[in-house]
Amino acid sequence: MKYQSQAVAMPYFIAAIGLFVGQIIFGLIIGLQYVIGDFLFPEIPFNVARMVHTNLLIVWLLMGFMGAAYYLVPEEAETELHSPKLAIALFWIFLTAGALTILGYLFIDYNTLASMTGNDILATMGREFLEQPLITKIGIVIVALAFLYNISMTTLKGRKTVINIVLLLGLWGLAIFFLFAFYNPANLVLDKFYWWWVVHLWVEGVWELIMAALLAFVLIKVTGVDREVIEKWLYVIITLALVTGIIGTGHHYFWIGTPAYWQWWGSIFSALEPIPFFAMTVFAFNMVNRRKREHPNKVAVLWALGTGVMAFLGAGVWGFLHTLAPVNYFTHGSQITAAHGHMAFYGAYVMVVLCIISYAMPIMRGRAANDQRAQVLEMWSFWIMTIAMVFITLFLTAAGILQVWLQRVADTPMSFMMAQDQLTLFYWMRFWAGVAFFIGLITYVWSFFVKGESKPLIT
Amino acid sequence: MKHRMPPTFGLSRDSLAFLNNNWGKTMSGTFTKAMARNIFYGGTVFFFLLFLALTFDTMRVLPKTDNRGELTPGAIAGKHIWETRNCLGCHSLLGEGAYFAPELGNVYERRGPLFIKAWMQAMPTNAPGRRQMPQFHLTDQELDDLVEFFRYTSGINTQNWPPNIEG
Repeated sequence: MKYQSQAVAMPYFIAAIGLFVGQIIFGLIIGLQYVIGDFLFPEIPFNVARMVHTNLLIVWLLMGFMGAAYYLVPEEAETELHSPKLAIALFWIFLTAGALTILGYLFIDYNTLASMTGNDILATMGREFLEQPLITKIGIVIVALAFLYNISMTTLKGRKTVINIVLLLGLWGLAIFFLFAFYNPANLVLDKFYWWWVVHLWVEGVWELIMAALLAFVLIKVTGVDREVIEKWLYVIITLALVTGIIGTGHHYFWIGTPAYWQWWGSIFSALEPIPFFAMTVFAFNMVNRRKREHPNKVAVLWALGTGVMAFLGAGVWGFLHTLAPVNYFTHGSQITAAHGHMAFYGAYVMVVLCIISYAMPIMRGRAANDQRAQVLEMWSFWIMTIAMVFITLFLTAAGILQVWLQRVADTPMSFMMAQDQLTLFYWMRFWAGVAFFIGLITYVWSFFVKGESKPLIT
Repeated sequence: MKHRMPPTFGLSRDSLAFLNNNWGKTMSGTFTKAMARNIFYGGTVFFFLLFLALTFDTMRVLPKTDNRGELTPGAIAGKHIWETRNCLGCHSLLGEGAYFAPELGNVYERRGPLFIKAWMQAMPTNAPGRRQMPQFHLTDQELDDLVEFFRYTSGINTQNWPPNIEG
């Protein structure tokens, strides 16, 4: 570790992994509820468990992004973090607020939670992924602003590398677009229109900047390729991401009461959205092939290559599969959407956070890379989780195709629940693939506890 | 040993030579980092402004498609009930939300007001192994508001989505 203050990333990474485990447990619960409908009812109804599943994902990815920024920004800026104390304080505030929110979901009736937390003053709750109580949302904004202040000050006083600038752009964009979470008009079409300014402009916009910056940082470190080359690639990738992704928002404006011309804008631009992900894959493989050093941390390289490929498959290919308006007319809001969502989040964001953790964690623990045995175990976890996610996606896609056929295409369409009954086999297979994913995750956690010789720290 | 020619994709010898000589430069020499940066900022600003222009036009057109005329006080109260019971955690509305329970954007047309109210009052079914919907203990007024919200929603011009009444 070049700067002492980079160590504040450690609690963020540990908490992120802990919340990840929680996310998957709740994923298994809702996966089981798809086939055993009354499982854990009425104690944990599906909507509550799903909210915990998705909100934990968001919270742990944000934890991961913040930890990554605290690790990466000082190193890139070549200076200590502006305020390590603030970073630690924010960690505890964010973790406490996140934990209280999740406990609130689980133990307080949602309507009661809403009235307890000021939803009658400003109604923002009850919208997908933005279910958090008003006070949690305000808390997120405060933590985000203080965090941005901290890393922006660090960047300003130090070296301004392209990686730092792109990362900061992404994180500032994340905070700014989150403000649309506070806009919830009674007009449902307006509500939905601007809800996507948070959700789409996050995951298919500014988060891609964060992902590309983290990937570029790890690639510089593990390959030793010239910074000039990597930074040029970085600009090309994020240009492609935003040029396609911003107007690509239109693929959500096909059937929600918005004008028909969005079918053209959305289809054309989102059809191009796989390109930045493809560029990221080519970038990662190219840099690793042209590597100028053999970094002892092999597993970090594996995550870096994996995130490119899986983001391309999940976000790129599975996104394209149903993004053209004439196709989306039939697939909108089906299990196809769920299939895409799972692999895209895993490939792009889960894997890039695990990549930076994999690179940075050994260094923070005083070694360049983990012992061979720990690395091999982590590689096992990589393959188990990744293959399991491929199967989750394939089974959900199969379920989705069948669902669309039975419910929307067949001559005598089935009702929703009748069609669901026909999908049981695929839901069971998805559940078992989920169990395999959980085994992979346990293997991942276990790899942190494998002791062995540590390689000397190369600085 | 016979030397195999690489595929030419119909390109002439000259253009192949040009590509061969300049491809490397594209990612190293002539195409500089400053150029990449300028394209990034220029492209982002341009397409964001285009997005804003489309948004502006959408805001102008929406009064014709978003059924705001039917946004009665009851429908507004109904939307609040929809949100505070986290209905979207199981159902989808105009295709967005969870996919565990039926689409409700067109439920007003599919089932009608009386069925919706009776259905909600009868929950949960407690049928073993079946998906369960919680009992929300809504008052008659609240149920009417929720139905009013569904009535307003069903009148939104969704470009004929969903493909049929089953949602």
